Amino acid sequence: MSSIITSLPLTSLIQQLRSGELRSVEVTTTYLDAIADRDAALGAFVHVDREDALQQAADADARRSAGQANGLLAGVPVAIKDVLCVTGQPATCASRMLKGFVPPYDATAITKLKQAGAVLVGRTNMDEFAMGSSGENSAFGPTRNPWDPERIPGGSSSGSAVAVAARLAPLALGSDTGGSIRQPASLCGIVGLKPTYGRVSRYGLIAYASSLDQIGPFATDVVGAAILLEAISGHDPRDSTSVNLPVPAHSQSVDQPLAGLRIGVPVEHFAEGLDAEVERTVREALAVYKSLGAELKEIHLPHTKYAVATYYLIATSEASSNLARYDGVHYGHRAEEFGGSLISMYEASRGEGFGDEVKRRIMLGVFALSAGYADKYYTKALQVRRLIRGDFDAAFQEVDVIAGPVTPTAAFKLGEKTSDPLSMYLSDIYTISANLAGIPGISIPCGFTSTGLPIGLQLQAAPFEEERLLRVARMFERETEWHLRQPASTL
Amino acid sequence: MSYDVIIGLEVHVQLQTQTKIFCGCSTAFNPDHPNVQTCPVCLGLPGALPVLNRHGFQLAVKTALGLNCQIASFTKWDRKQYFYPDLPKGYQISQFDLPFSHDGHVDVETTSESGDKSIRRVRILRAHMEEDAGKNMHDESGRGRDSKVDLNRAGTPLVEIVTQPDLRSAEEARRFLEELKLLLTYLGVSDCNMQEGSLRCDANVNLHIHQPDGSRVATPIVEVKNLNSFRFTEQAILFEVQRQWDEFQRTGIKLGDKGGHKATRGYNPDRGETYILREKEEAADYRYFPDPDLVPVLVTETQLAAIRSEMCEPPAPRRERFHADYQLTPYDAAVIIDQGRLFADYFEAVAKTCGDGKQAANWITQDVLRETKQRDQSIAEFAIRPEVLGTLLGQINQKRITIKSAREVFGDLLTEFDETAAIPAASRIDEIVTTKGLAIVEDTGAIDAAITAVLGRNAKAVADFKEGNQKAIGALIGQVMREVKGADPQTVREKIIAAMQ
Ligand SMILES: [Zn+2]
Repeated sequence: MSSIITSLPLTSLIQQLRSGELRSVEVTTTYLDAIADRDAALGAFVHVDREDALQQAADADARRSAGQANGLLAGVPVAIKDVLCVTGQPATCASRMLKGFVPPYDATAITKLKQAGAVLVGRTNMDEFAMGSSGENSAFGPTRNPWDPERIPGGSSSGSAVAVAARLAPLALGSDTGGSIRQPASLCGIVGLKPTYGRVSRYGLIAYASSLDQIGPFATDVVGAAILLEAISGHDPRDSTSVNLPVPAHSQSVDQPLAGLRIGVPVEHFAEGLDAEVERTVREALAVYKSLGAELKEIHLPHTKYAVATYYLIATSEASSNLARYDGVHYGHRAEEFGGSLISMYEASRGEGFGDEVKRRIMLGVFALSAGYADKYYTKALQVRRLIRGDFDAAFQEVDVIAGPVTPTAAFKLGEKTSDPLSMYLSDIYTISANLAGIPGISIPCGFTSTGLPIGLQLQAAPFEEERLLRVARMFERETEWHLRQPASTL
Repeated sequence: MSYDVIIGLEVHVQLQTQTKIFCGCSTAFNPDHPNVQTCPVCLGLPGALPVLNRHGFQLAVKTALGLNCQIASFTKWDRKQYFYPDLPKGYQISQFDLPFSHDGHVDVETTSESGDKSIRRVRILRAHMEEDAGKNMHDESGRGRDSKVDLNRAGTPLVEIVTQPDLRSAEEARRFLEELKLLLTYLGVSDCNMQEGSLRCDANVNLHIHQPDGSRVATPIVEVKNLNSFRFTEQAILFEVQRQWDEFQRTGIKLGDKGGHKATRGYNPDRGETYILREKEEAADYRYFPDPDLVPVLVTETQLAAIRSEMCEPPAPRRERFHADYQLTPYDAAVIIDQGRLFADYFEAVAKTCGDGKQAANWITQDVLRETKQRDQSIAEFAIRPEVLGTLLGQINQKRITIKSAREVFGDLLTEFDETAAIPAASRIDEIVTTKGLAIVEDTGAIDAAITAVLGRNAKAVADFKEGNQKAIGALIGQVMREVKGADPQTVREKIIAAMQ
């Protein structure tokens, strides 16, 4: 029974909740039980308040019985990455530094989810402060890939991706700064979307790199991602960088295919370093579009080779500043023992509170912004960022979407890259440019390796073209069944 | 050897907004209830984001326009990064390389030792906007208890005004601050309350010492931080001038020499001395970079015009105009202007009603100022409203009452207010004049008759006068005035002289 509910496509789940065929308490209980049964082996969740989740579900059922207006996600459980603030729930970013911190306010995306009637079912594991590509940099321990528990699920939104892939939640929110939604979605065989910068309010999203961070949805299929995106999008006066544009009704439009579609295939995304099996699978996916009448055009994104370096200067510079507030003075971890001076309190608290990868990025960022170096590194990186955006602007003159791989390889083994940060950084090589350019991107399942690991197809569109992106993604999904495959443990 | 004193000031002014610069919290001064005027944004909680208070930005622009600054059409926000417990985000949102305004000036009237007045033009290098920090409170019991942090003030909008090193004496520095305070309170952009920290000053001081060969040598620059009164600023600079002179005599160390780096000092008002805060100039690296949470601000000509149209006339041009329009002496104009905008408005209303600026100025700088001071009232609270005083003074001009009678009416109006707490209307003037018979008598017949009678009774005085004793006439005028209440003393005097001759 439980796998029947957890295997329902989101649209069916919503429809059955709406019709009364299913009650939210029943659905939520099923997912909570699944978490209780199977998450110990996966490490997707860091905080689940069963009572609270069931209360939300009961409230949703009561509203439905009373005939009150039903939101887009009435009664649907949603897992939340531990980077978003929810009133009264601990928010730690999987860091010792924020142990015990309970925000007194809701992120705007959370407010919108609550308005849509969603049930916040639990908080998911992640790389500490969203810094990482494997889910291994967590104070709570690593998250494991449900397709092979010896492998990483990708990161930084590791827990959200695994929660959805392992059918521990039908939907999840993540955040994507350099690929942190798309990369784990790809490695876990589900759909993950990074919206245009400014589409979803960042208010209440604990910042890693403010000019790159975006909140986005995870779902098992494109329609689910479309519905969740619609629920959280929109202008927010609390976020100066959120854009005042109407929110398209993705849930209505996603099933409409596009005629005369022009798909750009960037030469730079099929270059050295791309695994042969991944390349073959992605090219097969492109062939599906061709069979649907799309035109495939080879394009160039000439500044791609600078993207990783540019990203690691801008993101770390901003991070070094954003994480300065964790000083042990006002909240979060404060060292028990320190020399007694203010400086030693800072040093001891931050030294104990942050993990190695976070410290590495703070140091890199402090260096990149330092007097005498800022022009060479930070300012230069901003200039290159504009060139990368220019590459995309030029490309979108010629094509409607850009398609290619999400990651160079399928999921690698736990511990395989932890001692080699640079090779870890390269796993974001195809996703990072979208954050630098601010454009939307989506990862959808497009096949499996011979060893049964998922492979994703990345689609990218011009700014605020999420509607087109979702429709193009859905065209592929309707023709294929990759998104219907589930890890054996979930059946 | 002689020297020039070189002073530049950095002044932090709190803008008079209801809410903070990047959140909706109140900016009220509330030291007795720490941390109540806070929210996730000004507490720097994870995930909270700043949103610019547009009204605060407009006040800042108004400030800069008052300082005759250029307003940038594009400005942005930068993070100034340092660790301190009163700075909850670990950075202050400020403006680094593209401040919203630059290149202005303030003219300050100064008096030389010989008493000559001159105008010193103090150039403004830049004025930028930033958020205030909170306040650390340290245990002063000596028992080493924990320090505390109050974040009520964190996020209060500030404008930092940086002058060129154009000031040449401690007195000029004080005069500049006084003129600045007058300007900002006139514009209504800040209350400049120094006790509450609404205006804080850092002074950069050094000496240019004249050498026998005609060249000049600069002493190391000292920044005296956190001067929280005009008097302390003046005293600290005076002390610093003497200290730097003595030090130079003793060591000969010049700016740029080894040991001649810029130093930072504080001022202890109890001892009247500055003291070292940072021995070496630690090259503080604030790692400024554009705040990615905020968007740049574009200022259009239309917006500027709208702000200009809301601005009142600043004090300096108003002083000029009072001189031109009302023929006031520079001294009277300054006395009135320096009392603040509402006081000057009061003056203008009186002057317009009575049609005599000089008369209005005399009364306002003497009678009104005296009464408001005695009663500890602001001009807005003063019982005699400008149209009433204007009407009263108008009656003097129209020769309907004498100045002496007007003073009597003025006193009566105030006494009535003290008794009834009712603001007197202009109509009360005529009633008092009638009741007390204070109207100037135009009937020359009555005056002539009284003079004839008085001269008849005072043969001795008449004889004294004819012998050249001018004083004798005073008693005669007094007697006539007693008989004909409201007679114009000037008329009486002329008529008596004519009658006696
Ligand atoms: Zn606040």
